[in-house]
Amino acid sequence: MLMTERERCAAEIRALADKLGHNRTSLVPILLEVKRKYHHINSYAMQVIGDLLGIHPVEVHSVVSFYAFLGERHQGRFVIRLCRTISCDMQGKDRVMRQLENDLGIRFGQTTADGSFTLEWANCMGMCDQGPALLVNDRIFTRVTPEKVHEILEECRRVFGVHAAESKEVHLV
Amino acid sequence: MNSIPTYCAQIPEAGLRAALRQDRPEIIGKISASGLKGRGGAGFPTAVKWNFAAAAQAERKFIICNADEGEPGTFKDRVILMEHPDLVFEGMTIAGKAVGAREGILFLRGEYTYLRSALEETLAKRRRCNLLGKTILGSPLEFDIRIFIGAGAYICGEETALIECLEGFRGEPRNRPPFPVNTGYLGYPSVVNNVETLAWAACILANGPQWFKSVGTEKSTGRKIFSISGDCRRPGVYEFPLGITVAQLLQEVDGADARAVQIGGASGQCVPARDFARTIAFEDIPTGGSVIVFGPQRDMLDMLHNFLEFFTDESCGQCAPCRLGNAKLLEGVEMLQAGSCSMAYLKELCGLGETMQVASKCGLGQSSPSAFLSVVEHFREEIMGRTLNRRG
Repeated sequence: MLMTERERCAAEIRALADKLGHNRTSLVPILLEVKRKYHHINSYAMQVIGDLLGIHPVEVHSVVSFYAFLGERHQGRFVIRLCRTISCDMQGKDRVMRQLENDLGIRFGQTTADGSFTLEWANCMGMCDQGPALLVNDRIFTRVTPEKVHEILEECRRVFGVHAAESKEVHLV
Repeated sequence: MNSIPTYCAQIPEAGLRAALRQDRPEIIGKISASGLKGRGGAGFPTAVKWNFAAAAQAERKFIICNADEGEPGTFKDRVILMEHPDLVFEGMTIAGKAVGAREGILFLRGEYTYLRSALEETLAKRRRCNLLGKTILGSPLEFDIRIFIGAGAYICGEETALIECLEGFRGEPRNRPPFPVNTGYLGYPSVVNNVETLAWAACILANGPQWFKSVGTEKSTGRKIFSISGDCRRPGVYEFPLGITVAQLLQEVDGADARAVQIGGASGQCVPARDFARTIAFEDIPTGGSVIVFGPQRDMLDMLHNFLEFFTDESCGQCAPCRLGNAKLLEGVEMLQAGSCSMAYLKELCGLGETMQVASKCGLGQSSPSAFLSVVEHFREEIMGRTLNRRG
């Protein structure tokens, strides 16, 4: 990672901590914001956060590795989480899974080469009466059919604009 | 009728206004007289919880609303938060008065982040209307609520794991005692209540304990919100009095041809058709509200496989019975599916399940074998001697 990128990353995390607090109680909110913005949480970011909150980076890592919505791995701009729990399972989540994999050319747990989409499983997300359900980042879609998968992906591409650059986005590698 | 929608159609904030006229023991006395028990599933008497926290001496106390609704098949809290957020915040404010807490935290699961902006708006509106803040409705009561978003962990529905997450740690349950009512968030006394419990508390303060307990059974008073999904024609959120039989409930949702019903989510129990006369109440079949209906075409092993995959994934890994036990049970289900499980090994697995029930540290490991054990008990005929793996 370039020095300038590091500096920018550290400055942004510092601003986050100023906003959310410099205590350990702010750790999860800060990590969620970092993940949302950078789509991953790398070891440099964990060191900066540990330093700001006065805890060892290993402590930060222990939290990052615990929660499903955190994690170090690089994810796409759109993280698609398909519910795999019983009610959605009975309502045909397997077919939705197959169609997602077919349309994106990746398997669950993977990210598309252009960094746009990640496919993940989710455990029950409280849409059991309207399954199969999936989340695209924070947006919920219910009664998803294999046919609707294409529409959802197109809407991501169109409305959020994979090619319309988010001006502030920085890729930390 | 003594239900949440009818309460909401009345004068707004009647519960809070009533609470402001009463002192702490009176408020807790009302809740106690109503017999309200925790609606998240464990069924601990709400008044006892409040009383412990009220009795504790501390500079700060917290009211934490548990909206980490992760039990498979449960979605009632989402609907309550979408349709009646004011009622939940009203309940939290009443709890604040009863316990002597000035700070409230709504712990909203990460999967429900999309509810946040509407909830923040409701909170802002309540601050403008003087329903939150330093002098609530002109009284000396001070209380405010903030929202904390979870990061995707089923275990955080357990109250001590939830507190660990709030404090910035892995969501690993703590040893109890000490209980959160004495040593909770940041070491201060904290009441952790389910969304629905707090909503009912507001209703009870407004309409009195008698109104609440006029339905239900002696040990399970009042109504309960159910989340019903699976093989029925009218899935959704329902309000029924506790003590309703499984058969009555199935009739309401048009799922009478069910062969089994899973009550209480993945950690609950599987009730076969011959037991549909049993009642849903804390003294018979307890539930946090999740009811999953299985039609005649369903394979009970598929269901078990799904549940045990869930628990294997969501176990925090802290204690061995849960971490290893769920993986062993899952492996056992796969053997049953492949038709390669001997009766002797099945018995061993049941023994393992019973060990998990007593030896696991928290409710997750203690209850995760329930579905396995009840399927083995009620559906032994159809799970043994499989000749083909139906899952392909």
